[in-house]
Amino acid sequence: MAGDPMTHVMRCTQCGAEAVINMPQHRLKLCGDHLVAWTTKMAQKAIDRYELFTLEERILVAVSGGKDSLALWDILHRLGYASEGLYIHLGIDHEGYSDRSQDAAQRFADEHGLTLNVVNVQTVYGKSVIEAARRRRGGRTCSVCGLVKRHIMNRMAYEGGFAAIATGHNLDDEAAVLLMNTLHWDGHYLSRQAPLLPSIHPRLARKVKPLVLLYEREMAAYALVRQIDYVMQECPYAEGASSIFAKGILNQIERQSPGSKHQFYLGFLRARKGGLIASDASADLPSETCAQCGQPTMAGGLCAFCRLWEAAE
Amino acid sequence: MAEATILYHDQSWRVRSGMTVRDAIIKLELDPQTVLAVRNKRLINEETLIQPEDEIRLVNVISGG
Repeated sequence: MAGDPMTHVMRCTQCGAEAVINMPQHRLKLCGDHLVAWTTKMAQKAIDRYELFTLEERILVAVSGGKDSLALWDILHRLGYASEGLYIHLGIDHEGYSDRSQDAAQRFADEHGLTLNVVNVQTVYGKSVIEAARRRRGGRTCSVCGLVKRHIMNRMAYEGGFAAIATGHNLDDEAAVLLMNTLHWDGHYLSRQAPLLPSIHPRLARKVKPLVLLYEREMAAYALVRQIDYVMQECPYAEGASSIFAKGILNQIERQSPGSKHQFYLGFLRARKGGLIASDASADLPSETCAQCGQPTMAGGLCAFCRLWEAAE
Repeated sequence: MAEATILYHDQSWRVRSGMTVRDAIIKLELDPQTVLAVRNKRLINEETLIQPEDEIRLVNVISGG
């Protein structure tokens, strides 16, 4: 039997208007306007709490065309931070994935009067990431993709004089990585997982994650309310990714006990700060310089990025 | 019986109007944590009652990589 719509209205905790989202972990139900205000406040809180960057610094936002990175760029722009975007075209042609993602990023930049820097891997390096991964012995596409993106982000940040590279990693992304690293008791990765990765070399920019206090669900809701035209299509290589599996497990726990993801990740950060996980910072200090590209590297000769393209020849 | 349409990815389902969006999501064996509902390009909450001839699109919120 159809019910009376008026008896089933979920109200915004702050103004009484109809809510668009229920966030039991915060005991909040918010309308669109208050969701936008709250999400923005939480991003600012992360920027301040973890001392990510200041209003005087220029930020390079890594945008993929997806909800998180475009929402991040939107928030930083609304907060008055000086930012430019970086889109890396990886050459993923499945249903035009890379082209469509670039279009979404460019549309957003144009609509907001922002600058988008584009690096097309095929054009600059002669092959797509997919081809490079195929030719590399044992090269898994996602690890090759990560290597290429890290190198290009560092290069663009250095050449453009940016103080930091901001990525759209949200709390679910971080909690999923934390779960997998904990399952493997990977002390090295656990000691490095943080909202702020300081610059340890002039050519390696500071990495910052202003969305770490926000659930993925909240970011999607923000993007929908702000009518950000993002690419909903998933990267075809992400199918079966361990991060999606880990997110599924965490969401099952969250359903039983709202706030569990928040507690898991923020509890980890507090424990890490308190010295629970030994930091081995010296292990990551690059001691050499790549003979070809000039970026720092742990071993002598070519860096992993330049070795990748040499092997792909 | 009055029905409405639920869209998710490339699939569509007819569901009975009068149920909540959350009930419809569960009926489709999806996790309410992992989708948001949009009607007429506007985000709607999970307790919203589905009206006859509504067209509701479910948006996946989980991405990997």
